[in-house]
Amino acid sequence: MLDAAFFRRWMTTAAASVSREAERLTALDSAIGDADHGSNLQRGFTAVAAALEKEAPDTPGGVLTLAGRQLISTVGGASGPLYGTLLRRTGKALGDAPEVGEEELAAALRAGVDGVMALGGAAPGDKTMIDALVPAVDALGTGFGAARAAAEEGALATTPLQARKGRASYLGERSIGHQDPGATSSALLIAALADTAEAER
Amino acid sequence: MSGEKLVGIVLVSHSAEVAASVAELAKGLAGGATAVPVAPAGGTEGGGLGTSAELISAAAASVDRGAGVAVLTDLGSAVLTVKALLAEGDELPDGTRLVDAPFVEGAVAAVVTSAAGADLDAVEAAAAEAYSYRKV
Repeated sequence: MLDAAFFRRWMTTAAASVSREAERLTALDSAIGDADHGSNLQRGFTAVAAALEKEAPDTPGGVLTLAGRQLISTVGGASGPLYGTLLRRTGKALGDAPEVGEEELAAALRAGVDGVMALGGAAPGDKTMIDALVPAVDALGTGFGAARAAAEEGALATTPLQARKGRASYLGERSIGHQDPGATSSALLIAALADTAEAER
Repeated sequence: MSGEKLVGIVLVSHSAEVAASVAELAKGLAGGATAVPVAPAGGTEGGGLGTSAELISAAAASVDRGAGVAVLTDLGSAVLTVKALLAEGDELPDGTRLVDAPFVEGAVAAVVTSAAGADLDAVEAAAAEAYSYRKV
């Protein structure tokens, strides 16, 4: 079973990973976006880590809803409301349970991803974070390692796609040949989840 | 027509200057509609380009007179942030609505309509109708 401490470690692991990879995310975003994805997410996840340290919610749902709230208010770009909605919807789906199982987490994450699709209007194949998150949630039933592999594969598979959502979609065919920054950061978030789970064992 | 309480207008842009200027423009073109509560929420809190949930919440609270608040946005994260705040339920005043309208033309239409004492539905309809003003 996964408790609040597990979810806090997931978020701090994600914050460290985003900080480490911020330059790469911004470089990817400079090719097809507005070159702020890494710095925006770094600011957001730094605020998440600080808020969790200060408030330390005692349920998995509480950790993720607080983290999502921080992202909505601090990121400053579209990834803020999108990742914020992902974590808040996931957290709300987990409710007040002090511990949750892997199957409950998979179902809750699916609700979170559905929330992101409803907010942004993106579907699989649009070259967005959805292209990493949907395969990850599909694979989560098999295990955390499978989810990480599926998310990374999904992020890499955005390269030949033409963007149909967000600022990159203005580029039309010129968006082809670049890996999507949002799918890349989504893969980092899922990898942080798998790292956290593997460190437990 | 409510007559007394005017619908509040919030203008959300990636740029603080754009939001503030469009607010001035809309009030000016509305014949100096000084009574209409209009608040810009532009850029990030640090003064950069982007969207600030805190500035949006504060702007909406500042223009809420109890007749509803119409929020107009430019694009991308401005739209998504307002939608996410509305989904939260308790971040924006009751009766706050994201209005689907062109930013500049919609702002002018919204302010003019609010100044006439119209309700939120009418303000929303006027702002949305601005999409149909063809220029060529």
